[in-house]
Amino acid sequence: MSDLESRNPASRADNQDAALFGQTPSQTVGPFFHYGLPWKGGADLIGKSDMGARPELFPEDHYVLNLSSPTGTPTGEAIEIAGRVLDGAGEAVPDAMIEIWQANAAGRYASPDDARDEVAPDPHFVGFGRASTGEDGVYRFRTIRPGRVPGPGNSLQAPHIALSVFGRGVLKRLATRLYFSDGEGNDFDPVLGLVPEERRDTLIATRRADGSWWLDIILSGEGETVFFDL
Amino acid sequence: MTDSLAYAHDDAGAPPSRFPDYRSTVLRSPSLPLVRIPQTLTEVTGPAGCWDRLMGSALADLTTQHEGAPLGQRIIVTGHVLDEARRPVPHTVIEIWQANAAGRYIHGKDQWDAPLDPHFTGAGRVVTDGEGRYRFVTIRPGAYPWGNHRNAWRPAHIHLSLLGPAYATRLVTQLYFPDDPLIEIDPIANAVPMPYRDRLVCRFDIGITEPNWALGYRFDIVLKGRDATPLEEEA
Ligand SMILES: [Fe+3]
Repeated sequence: MSDLESRNPASRADNQDAALFGQTPSQTVGPFFHYGLPWKGGADLIGKSDMGARPELFPEDHYVLNLSSPTGTPTGEAIEIAGRVLDGAGEAVPDAMIEIWQANAAGRYASPDDARDEVAPDPHFVGFGRASTGEDGVYRFRTIRPGRVPGPGNSLQAPHIALSVFGRGVLKRLATRLYFSDGEGNDFDPVLGLVPEERRDTLIATRRADGSWWLDIILSGEGETVFFDL
Repeated sequence: MTDSLAYAHDDAGAPPSRFPDYRSTVLRSPSLPLVRIPQTLTEVTGPAGCWDRLMGSALADLTTQHEGAPLGQRIIVTGHVLDEARRPVPHTVIEIWQANAAGRYIHGKDQWDAPLDPHFTGAGRVVTDGEGRYRFVTIRPGAYPWGNHRNAWRPAHIHLSLLGPAYATRLVTQLYFPDDPLIEIDPIANAVPMPYRDRLVCRFDIGITEPNWALGYRFDIVLKGRDATPLEEEA
């Protein structure tokens, strides 16, 4: 290679600057993520449906996302979880993206970092899902009710689903959890116990007449959801 | 579960949740302090190794998804996904989405009066190799106006989404281009304090550029690392 071919412009402060090395900062997902992220079936952790995607927001020939193809039916109690995402003025947030991460019915995560051989993995359950809110601000998932997983020390956590909120105007993922109002161990849960008592309700889903579990996510203001610093 | 397995907290480069210059943060960010919790098995695990089952097969070339070639400047973007100890993050998914060369998204709610490109969707995904390397081909996106304030323009950017190894390492970010004067006055980029904002700016690299084909840019993505040293963890 001649010298001419290998000349590079002078480096400037940027991503490659050794003095700046560190965590890549977070940025908003913006309002136009629907054709890039939430796939058909992304919100259905049990079966094969289109739940989770908003394909009506972009032309069909631009659909390059996945269609989930489950390998079988996961073990456990099938549940639906849903709720509204609301802003600080009480308005529905129609362009939020919600992700969930949870253990299977036996309380085991489908992750190499959960190496507990004594708890059975479920080959048909990943435990990760992604949904986008509708015009009414409602998110919805179909999943399996999770089992209990260990907490710090010898504690046992109550059944819960970890939840992430993204959206236009959300510069950093907001991390929270969904617990069940009838969950075994809620009163002794090591994470719920760190939440001021008067705010715990913001993390506890309640059962509706149709059997679904409902939890509103209030981003700001009255009734504000508890978000975590992990 | 021991505490030594925990991932790092945000470093000094993280933006605040509320940044009033970016107006929609005001009603969409918590007004109360975050509650600090210990990282449990829930936070240190994640859906690693099943990204193709979840998100679909790789789409590493955004310029060949339709019959014709998209308009605009063809570019290669490549780099590593690393943790804070500079260890590679192998086999991790990066999801990609962006506007076309005119700054227009195919999204139905994008009302910017710039042309759509029938040959460009602007969505893709890649997975890092065993050394944490990734590479994708696309079109350099254009700047676009938005409604934050009068005469507000977003600098050209590519949206990137990474899961990393754990719930705790989840990252959604944006890549910016060198020599873009809009970065300095963009409320979204400005939410990241200097000098850390420059972490979001890729570097032009003639060594990545392919003769008579595409310009090349280098961009490394650094995810939160484990607090403990690796040797102690494996002991
Ligand atoms: Fe954008």
